[in-house]
Amino acid sequence: MLTANRIFRNLYRDSITLLQLATGLAKREGIEQAGAVMASPANLALMRDAGLFDTAPDAGPNDLLLVVQGADGDALDAALDAAEDALNRETTATEGPSKIAPRSIAMALGEMPEATLALIATPGDFAAAEARKALNLGLHVMLFSDNVAVEDEIALKRYARERDLMVMGPDCGTAIVNGVPLGFANAVRRGDIGLVAASGTGLQQVTCLIHGFGAGISQAIGTGGRDLKSEIGGITMLQGLDALANDARTKVIVLISKPPSADIAEKLIDAASRIAKPVVVNFLGAPAAGDIRTASTLEDAARMAVELSGDGAVSDVPAAAPQPLTLSAGQSYIRALYTGGTFCYEALALFDEAHCSAFSNVPMRPEQALADPWQSQAHTILDLGEDLFTRGRSHPMIDPRLRQDRVLKEAADPAVAVILFDVVLGYGAHPDPGGVMAESIREATAIAETDGRTLAFIGAICGTDLDPQGYASQEAALREAGATLLASNAQAVRAALTLVVGRQARRAS
Amino acid sequence: MTRLFDDNLPVISVGPAMFADSIRAAGGDALAVDWSPPADGDVRAAEDLARLVNQPDVEAANRTAFERYVAARPKLDGIAPARDVVPGMKARRILHAGPPVAWQAMCGPMRGAIIGAILYEGWAEDARAAAALAEAGDVAFAPCHHHDAVGPMAGIISPSMPVWRVSDAGSGRAAFCSINEGLGRVLRFGAYHDEVLERLRWIAETLAPVLSAGLEKLGGIDLLPLMAQALHMGDEVHNRNNAATSLFLRRIAPVILESDVSRQAASEAIAFIADNDHFFLNISMAACKTMLLAADGVAGSSMVTAMARNGVEFGIRMSGTGERWFTRPAPIIDGLFFPGYDARDAAADLGDSAITETAGIGGFAMAAAPAIVQFVGGTPADALRNTREMGIITMGVNTALTLPALGFAGSPAGIDARKVIDTGIRPVINTGIAHRDPGVGQIGAGITRAPLGCFADAVSALAARLEA
Repeated sequence: MLTANRIFRNLYRDSITLLQLATGLAKREGIEQAGAVMASPANLALMRDAGLFDTAPDAGPNDLLLVVQGADGDALDAALDAAEDALNRETTATEGPSKIAPRSIAMALGEMPEATLALIATPGDFAAAEARKALNLGLHVMLFSDNVAVEDEIALKRYARERDLMVMGPDCGTAIVNGVPLGFANAVRRGDIGLVAASGTGLQQVTCLIHGFGAGISQAIGTGGRDLKSEIGGITMLQGLDALANDARTKVIVLISKPPSADIAEKLIDAASRIAKPVVVNFLGAPAAGDIRTASTLEDAARMAVELSGDGAVSDVPAAAPQPLTLSAGQSYIRALYTGGTFCYEALALFDEAHCSAFSNVPMRPEQALADPWQSQAHTILDLGEDLFTRGRSHPMIDPRLRQDRVLKEAADPAVAVILFDVVLGYGAHPDPGGVMAESIREATAIAETDGRTLAFIGAICGTDLDPQGYASQEAALREAGATLLASNAQAVRAALTLVVGRQARRAS
Repeated sequence: MTRLFDDNLPVISVGPAMFADSIRAAGGDALAVDWSPPADGDVRAAEDLARLVNQPDVEAANRTAFERYVAARPKLDGIAPARDVVPGMKARRILHAGPPVAWQAMCGPMRGAIIGAILYEGWAEDARAAAALAEAGDVAFAPCHHHDAVGPMAGIISPSMPVWRVSDAGSGRAAFCSINEGLGRVLRFGAYHDEVLERLRWIAETLAPVLSAGLEKLGGIDLLPLMAQALHMGDEVHNRNNAATSLFLRRIAPVILESDVSRQAASEAIAFIADNDHFFLNISMAACKTMLLAADGVAGSSMVTAMARNGVEFGIRMSGTGERWFTRPAPIIDGLFFPGYDARDAAADLGDSAITETAGIGGFAMAAAPAIVQFVGGTPADALRNTREMGIITMGVNTALTLPALGFAGSPAGIDARKVIDTGIRPVINTGIAHRDPGVGQIGAGITRAPLGCFADAVSALAARLEA
């Protein structure tokens, strides 16, 4: 018969716990007898009487003593190891009913150790710090927050790149990664087209159109609007391009941005041209470059990608002709009221293409700047999601009141002929943006009618049949209110231009 | 790209709940953080914190500091006049609770206690002369913490007062604390009546020698096992010390009777301890200070090693920033008041006894002490919640100090200043409330929370030190 013991100095356990421990030890195979005590003289005497030892080990009343007896030395060691584990294990806190919600990223990661990405949508002052924490914890970051300093963006993106991590944003409104919608994103089927976009609504429009053509999305990565500026150097788009090039699910790659800095555009085109997969580029308003497939509109980008993918079929949806209008003499202008910033840029580019000048709160050229963004002049194209308008309130995709007011203001202006709009569906967006817009259209129509005028409402829904708002019902509500809907923003802008500029041309002839 | 395109995308969502909801609605996996601006909206501290999250040097330093704390085995090994054992204790020096404070700024109870100590030492004839002496700068004042000591409430230690000595063989550190005088009119609440001074003399001349003789016979007392047992008997060893005092008495009384002290002295000493439920508090405090001294001075560590209040300011110290204090105004305690008193009568938070919470007991071990949850304004469920919450801002648990109500989990210990400001969960402290006027005594008890700003400043200082 062999005996082994283990002493834990100054470790106190109550006698019930120790009795349970000893009982468990005695039940193990190869163990004849076991004892677990605080080594007081009385307890040592009891153990000696039980034959666990003849000479007491050097342990005192404050020490916890384990003794096991059996024929097999290995079994004794194993039993003592198991007991030591049990002594350590019982000291880890048990989950209780009053679980406390995670209060920090680090705490959340403790609860969800498999997490790979942190979606950060805090006020801008704190967003960079939260992103830094996430990166330090090994997480990719989608930074939805805006008002993050350029220096912080540069620092975060470089820091992430060193760690083989990605920072999408700041001011990254949307992304779809592994089919998971992040921020404002539409419900689209999975497929083999991968996107990297510096413009949120651009990404939404292209993914929705691809879905509408029957193809699908592998990944849609957002970079934030400033990524392609020289200071930032396109770090995220280059990372995204590289990731998609190496992603087995992705066959076709689409890059979307507002016009980038020339040096960055060159860098991207160069990187894209060295990838074995076909790349479609839509840098709104930027001219075609090299042998890369260049799309002039978001819709074109979607069409080209679907053709390259071979999934789905590009169909030419017949453009519904705007209802014929009886315009009064002074009705000359288009007022475009966008919730999606990229649509605003796209419209500006299309106006340029039509040699038609317009004003905007986000001008591409200085002469396009509105004197007062709250007051339209001539043709005006507004990004209502721009900082000036969102100060102190939510984005107009969530809170439509800003646009509701503006629609009525434009309706009261006798110089207005067309109100151009977008309706953005998807996760994160208002639950019924079409219904709200339809209501505004009805009110605006009434205002114009009292004045003896007629207004045209031309728009496009950016959404899919899978979106939570329901595409069909949104479409029906808008049509019922008298809106003319087209398949894409580009089509809507062209229809408006045809209606107004065409008429002006006719009048001039 | 590392793991980004793996089949799942489990997301941690920080911000509006709708983003996590959307992800779940689309069949994804998301966990929402209940976020609020870190450090009460201090942007600079939030940025400093961000750089230190999961920072390898800090993580390594914290492991070291925490291991040293856990490894400490505080042993009560003696009682002696402060001037003989407390490091740096000079003539005409008086130690007080909390961070440094000038005589002119001190709260009522602390001034009263200092007058009492000056009279006790015989440096002045009467209270007026004692105050003049202090006013003139003829007495040096320093925090107990600057001398490896702690003291409850005003925390006054003067050179000839006997102090407990608790040491840790492993780290070679030792800490000191005054001897508890009981309740009512006592020096630590600022009383300096004759009865107070007489009791102090009796403590020095009768009680201390008796205890010293007993301790010598016992060869000291290992404190962790005793405190662990007390936690199993309903103490949290800060505001409730009934069990610990009883256990202590059970150890010391037989050997006192065996020693060669007079029967009269032995009888008085035993009766004094038996009459004072809080007698063990000062021993508990010295034990806690010893454990935290073991963890002190680890470069880069964000482990909090002291929380203390002087009735004007609340201060903390951190292992990686050494002797520096980070302070905020001491809060007024919102607690339960004895009949006839209310919050207007209360002194601001006072005393070094928050060293117990710093070491993982007291408010942190509230789950052990359902008997006093009502006294400090809560329910047993609150007590469990407090302990669980403290688990969020600490580095681990002390496996030697277990809590039956939480399935014998160890008590949460090792406050990480980073976690405090990252979560906004402030350390909970069980405390007595002193009357603002000297000598009135305890007028209530309650639970308070450490001010967040102390931790924000500490984290910023650590970030600056690491980047220097």
